[in-house]
Amino acid sequence: MNSLLKNTLWIIVAVLGAGAVSGIALNRGEPINALWFITAALCIYAIGYRFYAAWIAATVLMVDETRATPAERLENGSDFIPTNKWIVFGHHFAAIAGPGPLVGPTLAAQFGYLPGTLWLLFGAVLGGCVQDMVTLFLSTRRDAKSLGQMARDELGALGGTAALIATFAIMIILIAVLGLVVVNAMKHSPWATFTVSATIPIAMIVGVYMRYVRVGQVLEASALGVILLLLAVAGGRAVDESATLRVLFDHEGLTLAWWVMAYGFAAAILPVWLLLAPRDYLSTYMKLGTITLLAVAIILLQPEVKMPAITQFVDGTGPIFGGKLFPFVFITIACGAISGFHALIASGTTPKLLTNERDIRMIGYGGMLLESFVAMMAMIAATVLDPGVFFAINSSAGVVGKEAVDAVAKISSWGYPVTVEQMQLLAQQMGEATLFARTGGAPSLAVGMASIFGSAFGQGMLALWYHFAIMFEAIFILTTLDAGTRVGRFMLQDMLGNKWAVMGQTSWLPSVIFTSAVVVSAWGYFLYIGVIDPNGGVNILWPLFGIANQMLAAIALCVATGILVKSDKAKYSFITGVPLLWLIIITSTAAWQKLTSDDVRIGFLAAANDLSDKLAAGLLPPDKAAIAPKLIFNFQLDAVITVFFVSLLWLIVFDMLRVCVRYLLGKSVPALTESPHIPSRLVEEWVRD
Amino acid sequence: MFKAIKTFWQAIRQLSGDDAYERYLTHHAQHHSADGDPLSKKAFFKKWQDEKWQGVKRCC
Repeated sequence: MNSLLKNTLWIIVAVLGAGAVSGIALNRGEPINALWFITAALCIYAIGYRFYAAWIAATVLMVDETRATPAERLENGSDFIPTNKWIVFGHHFAAIAGPGPLVGPTLAAQFGYLPGTLWLLFGAVLGGCVQDMVTLFLSTRRDAKSLGQMARDELGALGGTAALIATFAIMIILIAVLGLVVVNAMKHSPWATFTVSATIPIAMIVGVYMRYVRVGQVLEASALGVILLLLAVAGGRAVDESATLRVLFDHEGLTLAWWVMAYGFAAAILPVWLLLAPRDYLSTYMKLGTITLLAVAIILLQPEVKMPAITQFVDGTGPIFGGKLFPFVFITIACGAISGFHALIASGTTPKLLTNERDIRMIGYGGMLLESFVAMMAMIAATVLDPGVFFAINSSAGVVGKEAVDAVAKISSWGYPVTVEQMQLLAQQMGEATLFARTGGAPSLAVGMASIFGSAFGQGMLALWYHFAIMFEAIFILTTLDAGTRVGRFMLQDMLGNKWAVMGQTSWLPSVIFTSAVVVSAWGYFLYIGVIDPNGGVNILWPLFGIANQMLAAIALCVATGILVKSDKAKYSFITGVPLLWLIIITSTAAWQKLTSDDVRIGFLAAANDLSDKLAAGLLPPDKAAIAPKLIFNFQLDAVITVFFVSLLWLIVFDMLRVCVRYLLGKSVPALTESPHIPSRLVEEWVRD
Repeated sequence: MFKAIKTFWQAIRQLSGDDAYERYLTHHAQHHSADGDPLSKKAFFKKWQDEKWQGVKRCC
């Protein structure tokens, strides 16, 4: 009877999920309620978790709850600590959830809501969650080793080096594109600039408070910080309205970009307790709080999604970024479906806390499901806007024209009516001078969130909600930016330390300053080019980031597939092999198009040649002619980077295949490095604290 | 009800690291009591924060 009830329940979930998915897939021309998206997502996640993840855990990985985890065997009281599974889940989710799943779906909404939504659901359940869970498992069985170390041990030195270089490269591109998102959100917006700048001294106050005033009182200090942040959001209005103050915070993109670089440099060399740690506390609370609030608001309000299911831009002519639906929707969504970056958290960091192998499914697979859900809410926030408004905010001046009249005429001609008055009213409601051409995804997400929050919790405070949303995005973008710069610095110091030992000392000031400067210049260059790019820069940097992130995921899946084959589980290797194959196809296709396409909005080389021809023929206005040589060089550099990423990908794929084939032929391969089975002592006696 | 709130509060404290020093003291008393006195709260907290920020700890 009990099992009959359970089966019936799961059949209902399956039918409901299938109904919701076909509802959003087959709907044409009518606005559709956002609850359909939530229902579809929850049902698909539930089925994936209950059946696919459980099967992988039991049959493929064979998790063993009697086996001691590294947290138990190597417990040292500082980083290896057996921890309650919900606490581990919290740490893991806070670590993997960044700005990526918010920005990706917002940009991908130019294809309509459907392609992005489907990839978010199925990509996560079949790809991203599996990657995270399997990586977590493999690292747990290998004393919490990092992905790079596992690649080196299990595949060979080549794989390890490739993973290391890929991590460094993706970090640089990631920070540049995130920096650009913040700069675009602050450009000529005194309110946003004031609020975002205020987060820096607020973080420092919190840091000093925790270190000197009330030592170690993390929650008390964080509560103080959150109150100050909210005051900073409200105070931004006063700055915006004061004629003397607003000029201090009203800046061009380029000025702001220099400030962001200076900030990144300072954050990389300042002590952790002063800036990085307190900022991270604040951003984590803001992130979890705002995401919860958004979910509640969407469920309360049940907004209508106004974007069509599919737009004409699937043909590659999209105003936000060029390129056809295949492969660019997959490259653009990136983090919400499969994120290679998660493999870095799932190996090394999370396994050090894991008490029991049976929780791997919940933390690895479940954590990624929640991330996908966050991306789904970003998709809803982008698509509840009128499509005309969405395109007006996200299309750069280089595509739709500098003048408001030209922009609305062009966007309306695509079939998405919008008027200058409508945009002016919206900008006024949001407390901004203009919302035209605010590329990067953050402003449109903030407008979407503000309209959802405003409708659910009070329309009168739209401007406050808008700037709250901007602050929320900026604070954890800046956290990723400074944490990333610091990690980049450590990686560089480590590499240089192999040659000159003194450079490897993480506390030797000349080395700290030199390596921080190198890392900041590397991402600062791409940020600079992005800011001066007349098409907004995001259209170039985001695909590059997507390719890099999917390539890192492919590396993680290569390691996993190789280990499965070497563990005599070749018949199950499809669980990572199929997502891997798909990633190889989409990254290689995207890279190929980025290199060879004749369309100047897709092909880097085509864009470089087009610009050089125009420059040579004297067709460019003086301001564009002045920056053209830099842009041409940058397009060529981007082409080189793309080739580099794809070569790295294929290198590691062939290395993995070589190891697998050798193993299947009975030849020698690097031995499995799984730690021996030691029975857990915690299973019986462990009490959930 | 009271117990549930208490458990929730404990979870928040542990997630944020608010009780890190208390847990360190317990660990020290159980495993390292022979190795000398535990670190002061200030010294522990500095060490804890520095360690927490080694390596990749935040994603995109």
